[in-house]
Amino acid sequence: MSQSYDRGTVESFGRWREFSAGMWAWILHKFTGWILVGYLFTHIAVLSTSTQGAEMYTATLQGLEALLIVRFLEIGLLAVAVFHILNGIRLLFVDLGLGLTAQDKSFYASLVLTAAITVASIPTFLGGAL
Amino acid sequence: MSTQIEEQRETEEEVETEPEQESPGERRRAVKRERAAQREQEVEDALDEAEETVELKVFRYDPEVADKEEPRFDSFTVPYHKGMTVLDALIYARDVYDSSLTFRHSCRQAVCGSDALFVNGRQRLGCKTQMGDLEWPVRIEPLPHQDVVKDLVVDMEHFYEQMHAVEPYFDPDETPDGELEEQRQSPENREKIKLSTRCIWCGACMSSCNIAAGDNKYLGPAAINKAYRFAMDEREGESRKEERLRIVEQEHGVWRCQTQFSCTEVCPKDIPLTEHIQELKREAIKSNLKFW
Repeated sequence: MSQSYDRGTVESFGRWREFSAGMWAWILHKFTGWILVGYLFTHIAVLSTSTQGAEMYTATLQGLEALLIVRFLEIGLLAVAVFHILNGIRLLFVDLGLGLTAQDKSFYASLVLTAAITVASIPTFLGGAL
Repeated sequence: MSTQIEEQRETEEEVETEPEQESPGERRRAVKRERAAQREQEVEDALDEAEETVELKVFRYDPEVADKEEPRFDSFTVPYHKGMTVLDALIYARDVYDSSLTFRHSCRQAVCGSDALFVNGRQRLGCKTQMGDLEWPVRIEPLPHQDVVKDLVVDMEHFYEQMHAVEPYFDPDETPDGELEEQRQSPENREKIKLSTRCIWCGACMSSCNIAAGDNKYLGPAAINKAYRFAMDEREGESRKEERLRIVEQEHGVWRCQTQFSCTEVCPKDIPLTEHIQELKREAIKSNLKFW
């Protein structure tokens, strides 16, 4: 759109404090989506070490799991994936035209559920590392 | 305060330094000056009298006046009373402080759709928004993602073009035989399109839509809602509905909507815009699905 001058934060993401639930859901869905796409490449890279033989694969995985940062990244990945799945289900209902008046509540619910599942997963991911 | 008053004061001083000669122009200016002083006094009294005053921060911009080309915010202090709307406050500021303050308004009862404004970071209808419900000071800006013509007035031409693009008029396939015979609609069907008929063309939804901001060809929530209003009207007939669906199922039609719900949140008439857009998406798919 042509602008005769710069309207500044009126038309930029500088207004993020005023975003509503639906907007946050959209932004988080995009964000988690891109992270999952990025992870897919890492995933393929790690899995393809198995073409070099079983020992190579085992060694790679053990090497990665030995790093504490990888354990924490895995927790982050789970959070991202769970949110993307839950919000995806929410969007499915939106597309079906079901419960559109509760779309903000379902977004908050998916956030809470994501948090709960992530916290519950911490012992599993960090088990043995700490 | 506003630039207008400063200008007035400057001219007052100039007039005072001139030698006392009674020309008609002088006399007129003297009367004017007196009246201005009186008005200022009245304003001060009103502000003193008022139990509460509210500060407005209003976006100002006028490309035709040299000193006002730079966008800026002017502050106006307005006496508050219970039931005061944003539009009331703006009218007060314009009438009392600065007659050059420009904004659209007409019916003052949320029917004409003239005064959609960006109030405290949200698209709202000025006449429908209570000052008491807002955080003070109240920040008033023109609608985002539209060109500003002057102060709070934006160029709505693009919005109207999109509205017209969906052919927003009743156009039935066949009319009843008798010349004066009524075209009846079932109560259920009327109920279905009821909310979509409430649109007042204020443009708040279009301004709030992130997709419409980035894609100038996108029809926008209001236009799609208009299409819904007629496509769902059973009196129009199947072939007309097909035609209408063909308009909204274009690349820049319903499929641009990414269900951010911004339009539904800001609609001053509480039209479930996202719901209507989603239903048209399903209708468009249904009309194109072929099982052979």
